[in-house]
Parts: sequence; structure tokens; C-alpha cells
Amino acid sequence: MSPISATPIVSIRNLTFAYGREAPVLSIESLTVQAGEKVFIHGPSGSGKTTLLGLLAGVLAPQIGVIQILGQEFSKLSASRRDRFRGAHLGYIFQMFNLIPYLNVRDNILLSHDLNARRDRKLSHQARAARVSELAQELGIDTLLDRTVTKLSVGQQQRVAAARALLGSPEIIIADEPTSALDYDYREKFIHLLFTECNKAGTTVLFVSHDRQLEPLFDRCISLTEINQAATRAK
Amino acid sequence: MTLLRLAFHSLMNRKFTSFLTIASIALSVALLLGVEKIRVGARDSFNNTINQTDLIVGARSGPIQLLLYAVFHMGDATNNISYKSYLKIKSDPRVEWTIPYSLGDSHRGYRVVATDENFYAHYHYRQDHGLKIEQGKIASDIFDVVLGSEVAKQLKYGMGEKIILSHGVSDEAGGMDHENRPFKVVGILNRTATPIDRSLYITLEGMEAIHMDWKDGAPPLPGQETPAEAITKDKIKIGQLTAFLLRTKSRIHAVYMEREIDTFEGEPLLAVIPGVALSQLWQGISYAEDGLKLVSLCVVLSGLLGMLIALYTSLNERRREMAILRALGASPRTVLGLMVMESTLFTVVGTLMGTASVYALIWILQPIIERMFGFYIPIRPLTGVEFTYLLLISTAGIIIGFIPAWKAFRNTLSDGLTIRI
Repeated sequence: MSPISATPIVSIRNLTFAYGREAPVLSIESLTVQAGEKVFIHGPSGSGKTTLLGLLAGVLAPQIGVIQILGQEFSKLSASRRDRFRGAHLGYIFQMFNLIPYLNVRDNILLSHDLNARRDRKLSHQARAARVSELAQELGIDTLLDRTVTKLSVGQQQRVAAARALLGSPEIIIADEPTSALDYDYREKFIHLLFTECNKAGTTVLFVSHDRQLEPLFDRCISLTEINQAATRAK
Repeated sequence: MTLLRLAFHSLMNRKFTSFLTIASIALSVALLLGVEKIRVGARDSFNNTINQTDLIVGARSGPIQLLLYAVFHMGDATNNISYKSYLKIKSDPRVEWTIPYSLGDSHRGYRVVATDENFYAHYHYRQDHGLKIEQGKIASDIFDVVLGSEVAKQLKYGMGEKIILSHGVSDEAGGMDHENRPFKVVGILNRTATPIDRSLYITLEGMEAIHMDWKDGAPPLPGQETPAEAITKDKIKIGQLTAFLLRTKSRIHAVYMEREIDTFEGEPLLAVIPGVALSQLWQGISYAEDGLKLVSLCVVLSGLLGMLIALYTSLNERRREMAILRALGASPRTVLGLMVMESTLFTVVGTLMGTASVYALIWILQPIIERMFGFYIPIRPLTGVEFTYLLLISTAGIIIGFIPAWKAFRNTLSDGLTIRI
């Protein structure tokens, strides 16, 4: 277990979210994540996973309740400030198709920098290039940097996505089932690679999956079905 | 800057559609600009058919009619003017030079113009282009003829060729020929791309000579005519002219002289300022301009619509791309900006390419157009009007680009980070 620090990096209180005027799809009384924690969030489809990720990433805002990230009252920020916050402090990895098909591997990794002035300021141009090479080497994609992303295997693509999410050392990485498209043997390896990098910078990981076999690799496991009072309990 | 690079890569990713879209915009811009260039070129060529002539003087009729027969060698004069009146006006101290014309005969459909050496010396077209004898010399002897370049080319006449002129200007069979008075080709004029090329030039004496012994518009009976060899310049008295061109020593004089000639005592004369008459005539025949312009504007519109379709249809397959950008911190506004950037790139590159290709085409086709249509399109920088057109097209393209951009904006708002495939 990771040490409990005074202020949680993510804290959700009395949150309710509904799309338009429909019935609420997500209702969480309390959820806190400490800095550096590796949290496994699992839930079947319909448990509100997508909504929770949208809220954490800031593309959605709750109608009721508070989301605090990095001590900021994230849910009260304007949409564009949430976008900027996401760009500066969050790394996001999708299940698949993480990469822009018309950019090569290097440009895909640098994309988060290019889109975010704030992340950019953290590193000089040269330091950034060095960091890309370093990350690529550690993730085993250094030979692919100038390749077209459409020529990569799914495993390689996910590692590129991880490199992009890690670049600029964001405080939190949100991963939306990043291993579900990978071979079974490879899943653990991918998570280990990701964790190794995160540990270096003390990055918090929020890992969403329905694949409970991965659970033991994490510090903590949260069942969305249990904490979401609005979940449609399918099973 | 980064967004621009992203937009560029995105377009390069769809090379073929991008190419087609840019090509269609370039094509429509080229058409619009080309039509404009041709229109202006044709008008300028037309207005510069004759230069450095202050007044065209003929028997009183309409100014357009006078212009047509004196400059374009088309149609007929209703009346001649007396040589006496001509000499009187010519001797006015304000006159710098005159070019007398005596018209009425033809050769195989081409008009014959009787004139004097002033014609070769002073006639100007396209501002300061004078006539040049390309081969041989000017007509000086009675039976000398100089050919306009097109006449020489079409009829394949060379130097020394003997030709027979016909009475009247109709090309129909049964016209009377001046069979006993053959003319010898002594010179060929350079190409001017004006009506000058389509006529033959003889001396005023030559014109009198072929009509010598004629009575009441009928040729003399066979045997009663003076043999050609017996005609010499001193035996010829010039009685009439059809028209003459006049240059004054100062442009201010032209206006006064025009009025004086219009009220000339002795016979009814008409003087017109060629520039004024030319633009009047052009206005009368320029209906087609507006139609042409309208058509090319429609083509521009369809080019821009093509871009709208290309961008709009690509939106659905690009939702994933947009979600990725969103996850990396791009706001919906950034996505909107990216899309507008793409349509702007299309429009600007298309417009530039269209403009460049118009200039390239003019450069290549200039001599061909001049040869085939008789007008000259100069390579000049964009005029204010043309520049305005380009600006309008670009603006329209960028505005149209907001339609798919707005749609992308809506998509990203509703999709969030959900990747739709």
C-alpha cells in the first residue's frame, strides 16, 4: 500500500451526473485517490465507466457535487480551462486507436506538447527531444520513431500512446482499458512498463478495465458498480 | 503554427481528395481570372486598335459607321469627301500630319486601302507600335501594292506577285475586276493583330488609275481605256477621298478642330475622336462579358462547394482523430480552428495555384491567342479588380470552411473522449 498523504490528488464528493434530462447515470458519494497511487477501477459496461472518465478528464462537468484534482476545484472551472488543465496535468490512454494516422511516431508522441503551451514550458526544445528518445528507449519503441503509425502492431501503438501520455510528466495518467486489445501475455508487461515510468515521476494512475485478472498488479481496486449508486445493475 | 502543421499533415493524409479539392478551386479561380484577363485584354486591344490619331474625318454619317470603315475596314462609306476639303484641313497650322484613305475596292474578300506614305510613317497601334515593312518597301508607284500580314499569309503571296483588284467590296462572283490594271506586290507589313493585317495598301494614284476612264460608276468599254503603261502619276488628279486620319500638334487643338470640322463650310464632314468612338462601339458589343463573368462566378461557387463536400464527408471518419486531440487537451475551439485552417489552406493554395496557372497559361498562349483571335494579352500584375476577386474567393472559401468546422465542433462536444469508429 502506498503511504497516505494529507491531500488526495483526486477527490470526488457527492457527485451526480446525468446526460441532459435523463436519469442520472453516475452518482458517487465519495472517491479519493492519493498521489502516486495505482488504482484499478473495474466495472462492466453500463456501470458508468465512460461517464466517470469524461468527468475526470474534464470533458464533462457534474450537475451536482465536486471533483477536486490537484487541489483545484476542477468541476467548477470553465470548459476551456478544464481543457487546458487536462492538457497540462493529465495523460490519457485509450483502449485502442490512440494515434493520429497521419503523423509519424515521434510527432504523435510530441502532439501533447504541441497542443499544450503549459506542458511545453516545462521543457526546452532539446530537453524535450532527449526525453522523447529516452522514453522511447525505455518503452522499446526507439527504433520506430520515424515510422508511420499505421504500420505498427497494436502493442507498439499502445506503447507509443503510453509514451505520449508520459511525456511532460503529467501528475495523473488515465487509462481507459489500454490493454484490452493486447495479447494476454503482453498485458502484464505493458502495465509493468507503464508503472516503471510512473514511479520515476510519482505519477498517479487511474486504470479502468473490466479485466479483473490485472487487479493484483495495482495498489488498490475500486468497483464502480459498488460506488456508483446510479448504476444499472446489469449483473 | 503547430495547428497549421497539423492541418497540413491532415490534408497530406488525404492527398488525393485534397489534390482534387485544391485543383477544383484552382481551376475555378483560373477560369474567373482568365475570363477577366481575356476581357480586359480584348478591350484594351480593341481600344488600342488605333493610337496617336486625334481625329478620324469622313463624310457626315454616324461616328460608329465612320469608325468601322476607317479603322476596321468594315462596311461602306455613304459618301466621299473632296480632295480639296482634305487639302484645306491638312494645311491648317495646327495639324501635324494626316493619313488619307480612299476605300471601295477589294481583293478576294480583303479590302484595298489607298493611302500615302504618311500611313507607313505615322499609323500607330497598341500605344506606340508603328507599322513596319517586313519585306520589300512601301507602295510608291501607281501599281504597287503592300500586303497586310494576314493577307500575305492567307493568300500565300510573295514579293513580285501580280494581283488583280476587284471593284467594290463584295466577295461574290460576278463582281467586276480591274483586269487590265494588275498590281505588283512590293512589300509586306509586319503583324499588328489589328485590322491592318487584313487589308492591301496601294497609293492614292493607284486607286485613281484603276478607275480612270470610268463614267457614272461603270467601267469603260473594252478598247476605250487608257493602257496601264500609259498611266503616269502626273496624268492623275486625285478628286476624292473616303476618310482621313489626323494628328494635331497639341491635344487641345483636337477638340477645337473636331468642332470646326463638324461645321466645315463647303461639305458635310464628321470628325470623331477614335478613343471615344471605340469605347462606344465596345460597349455595344460587350454584352457577352457579363454572361461570361456570371458563368465563371458559378464555377467558382461550385469549386468552393466541392471543398465543402470534401471536408464535410471526411468529418465522420475523423471523429476518432478529434477525440484524440481532445484527450490531449485540445478544446472544441481548437478543433474548430483546425478545420478552418484546413479549408483556409485549401482556399489559399487553390487560389494561388489558380493565379499562377493563369499567368503560366497567358505566357504560353499569348502568341497563339494573338494569332488566332487578333488580340494581345499582356502579362501584367493583378489589377485591383482581379485582386478583389481573389480576396472575395478566399474569404468565401474561409467562410464556407466554417460549416464543416462548426459540425466538427458540435461533434467533439457530443463525443467528448468517446472514440467512434
